[in-house]
Amino acid sequence: METYSKKIGSIKFGILSPEQIRSTSQTRIVTPDTYDEDGYPIEGGLMDLHLGVVNPGLRCKTCGGRMGTCPGHLGHIELVRPVVHVSYAKIIYNLLRSTCKDCNKILLSDEKVEGLETKRDIVRKAKNRSKCPHCGEKQSKIKLDRPTNFYENDQRILPSEIRERIEKIPDEVLRQFNIDPEYARPEWAILSVLPVPPANSRPSITLQSGARSEDDLTHKLVDILRINQRLRDNLSAGAPQLIIEDLWDLLQYHVSTYFDNEISGIPPARHRSGRPLKTLKQRLKGKEGRFRYNLSGKRVNFSARTVITPDPQISINEVGVPETIAEELTTPIPITSWNIDNLKKYIKREKPPKAEYVKKPDGRRKKVTPETKEAILEEIEPGYLLERQLEDGDVIVFNRQPSLHRISMMAHKVKVLPGKTLRLNPCVCPPYNADFDGDEMNLHLPQTEEAKAEALNLMLVQDQIITPRYGRPIIYGNQDFVSAGYEVTKEGTTFKKTIAKKMLAAADIYKLPEPDAGDEYSGKLLFSQVLPDDLNLGYKATIHEEGVNEDADGTVVIEDGLLKQGVIDKESFQGKLMDRIFRKYGADRAREFLNKATKLVITGLMEKGFTVSFKDIELPEETEEEINNKIEEGKEKVDELIGKYEEEELKRIPGKTRKETLEARIMSELGKIRTESGELAKNSMEEGNYMLTMSRVGARGSILNITQMSALLGQQAVRGGRILRGYKDRSLPHFKKGDMGVESRGFVKSSLKDGLNSTEFFFHSMGGREGLVDKGIRTAKSGYMQRRLIHALQDINLKQDKTVRDAKNRIVQFKYGEDGVDPMKCIGYKPIDYKEVTE
Amino acid sequence: MRGYNLVDSEIILKHKLVPEHEILSEKEKKKVLKEHNATEEQMPRIRKDDPVAKAIGAEKGDLLRIKRNSITAGESTYYRIVV
Repeated sequence: METYSKKIGSIKFGILSPEQIRSTSQTRIVTPDTYDEDGYPIEGGLMDLHLGVVNPGLRCKTCGGRMGTCPGHLGHIELVRPVVHVSYAKIIYNLLRSTCKDCNKILLSDEKVEGLETKRDIVRKAKNRSKCPHCGEKQSKIKLDRPTNFYENDQRILPSEIRERIEKIPDEVLRQFNIDPEYARPEWAILSVLPVPPANSRPSITLQSGARSEDDLTHKLVDILRINQRLRDNLSAGAPQLIIEDLWDLLQYHVSTYFDNEISGIPPARHRSGRPLKTLKQRLKGKEGRFRYNLSGKRVNFSARTVITPDPQISINEVGVPETIAEELTTPIPITSWNIDNLKKYIKREKPPKAEYVKKPDGRRKKVTPETKEAILEEIEPGYLLERQLEDGDVIVFNRQPSLHRISMMAHKVKVLPGKTLRLNPCVCPPYNADFDGDEMNLHLPQTEEAKAEALNLMLVQDQIITPRYGRPIIYGNQDFVSAGYEVTKEGTTFKKTIAKKMLAAADIYKLPEPDAGDEYSGKLLFSQVLPDDLNLGYKATIHEEGVNEDADGTVVIEDGLLKQGVIDKESFQGKLMDRIFRKYGADRAREFLNKATKLVITGLMEKGFTVSFKDIELPEETEEEINNKIEEGKEKVDELIGKYEEEELKRIPGKTRKETLEARIMSELGKIRTESGELAKNSMEEGNYMLTMSRVGARGSILNITQMSALLGQQAVRGGRILRGYKDRSLPHFKKGDMGVESRGFVKSSLKDGLNSTEFFFHSMGGREGLVDKGIRTAKSGYMQRRLIHALQDINLKQDKTVRDAKNRIVQFKYGEDGVDPMKCIGYKPIDYKEVTE
Repeated sequence: MRGYNLVDSEIILKHKLVPEHEILSEKEKKKVLKEHNATEEQMPRIRKDDPVAKAIGAEKGDLLRIKRNSITAGESTYYRIVV
């Protein structure tokens, strides 16, 4: 294919003149009908064959082309009376009120015009002049009654008169208004001829029943033609002016809504079903419009999409692809003298991955079938291209929407698996923000060697372990991996030889160390097997508590690749340890560590067992008692506060009213009940409580979650305060008016374990609903903000000299981020970890 | 009437949020442009009627050196050309 490369110098927009419309038009449209009884397009109708063909079998009367080859041609409608083009009403208005009705000059002296820079300034200064400075003519005030009616001294000016007036404005004056008269004489915005778009731009749909349904634009044009005809008839019959004007207005309405059906002030034109018609402006506008949907929106081939499910057995670099998808997707491989023998195997194969097509150097494609197989095997030689099905090890790009940052798209290596879902290692969930409650993800198969190399070298998962945002791991062991790391490595955990072998084998390690706990193996020793041999590191674990376990499991000590002390919990997986391995040993080693460590610990966890049951949130009777006392105490304190408030003894918090002060004091009192009860509940729980373990090691859940399950739910909030809505002066009819007590305003003293009473349940639902609504609004709002922000920043990039510049090479920052530091190479917001250096 | 009258235009230079602005000599200006491999058009702009530009009496074509406090770098240098 021959290609041309040209740069667009400039684009000029203008208004079509009536002459241009008539000369471009292939035919004049007069009949407000489309097809006759036989389904043949009516001559002079809206589907006239001069406008192009939309029916198979017919020929275009303009170009002779058939459906598909004929590009479509314009027609025109002669309007009996001119109408204003809605979109230009404002410009017409500005011209009318800032030019003299007699001498047609701007209502400002030449010197004054000279001093003003913009068109807006001219209109602003000129519009209210009552006398023309040039000829002295008195000016009357002109008013625009939106969208299209003009009045002068409360007297209607009809479009024909408007046109006569603006026709007289000389070209020089228009130039002062920034209008190029050659391309856009303003009187052309008063329409006397209406262009009719080609038939194929408003195709009709034939329903299964055989009934034909016309496009919205066609409907609108029918309306225009009908009123136009009626107006013509009435004019020739010499109807009274009143009727003529009514019809004229109706014509104006139809032409206006033909251009834009969302004009404020007039009702939108509707389809018979009551649905507003989608006219010209609506076709272009917004997310589903021509620009954003059809022109900027791109669709791709060689992609797949389905539900994702987790698979901790595959590497973080891999993605599990269903066989059905692997058989459908193909990738081209250039045939060379080095790979030809290997590629022939794909042609010979009976089972996937098979060769699908062979492409000759001249571009012809041949399908590989059992019949053509032999011939193709003979024929192929270097220079040919072979398209084969997806196989293990192919590099693909994996993506989950919304693609908010670059790690929303990463390169994975294919692993073809049985099943119907795409499989993802759960460690890679954080960058995609994925979970498995029904999420779907997209897969793209690069089609050139260049694209494959780029994906592999720049986008591979293992190279994205550290996030470019703040330089900390974003691909890490989480949830069960964290619980498992803790359970396996905590002090006193040992494994029998058989199990130790199993765990190491899961991590692909086949060298058993010497047992260190009698004839058993400690979890710490087993975990050490996946650490680099020369690693030395010391840091505080997530479970670290001053004075409790700082000399035991709370502090991690790794010496020469041996875990001497401490547990592997969240801090190890998501912080220091992962970080250090990535930076010191590189991406390959980090990936290996993550894969091995996670597999080792979950294998160990499966031997130990880890589960949550009712027992884990049950509290001893004494604790229940204590919590109840806490609640009672708190309630008394609140009553005290209310008493003080009523006796006007409560001291106001600066900036708050007395009532607000009371509410704030009550809220903090109730908050205290919850935190203190939570503390009680937590302290009553035994070592080995799975719920508590998960929260302590940072696997899942917080102390608050545990509190709400086992102790009490606490105060429910709507709009940031206690609940008071629904009825007059009370939240529900179960309470007295003006009751300020805790129960009536949304305090829930039951726990999820015990269950809520009906009023508590209602308050909880109110709070829950607010949360949901807020979340929805927040995402919608931030999504739009993001769109605007990305649009504003899209061309800004970092140059070689560390300056940040825009598309025109204008400097935005003289040094990237003012300090020239790459956040990806930082360690948690800081360019250097001083502690690490001094160690 | 819009806005308000400044009693003394230079008073803003004393405000804690207004960084130090300095007019560069022609020689310095050339040096800075060369250093950053930039033309005058590519430099960030400041209007001649900007309150600070007025206060220090900057003329069109002058290059201002601005010393700002920066969260990342402590202190950063920025340049703006008067238009």
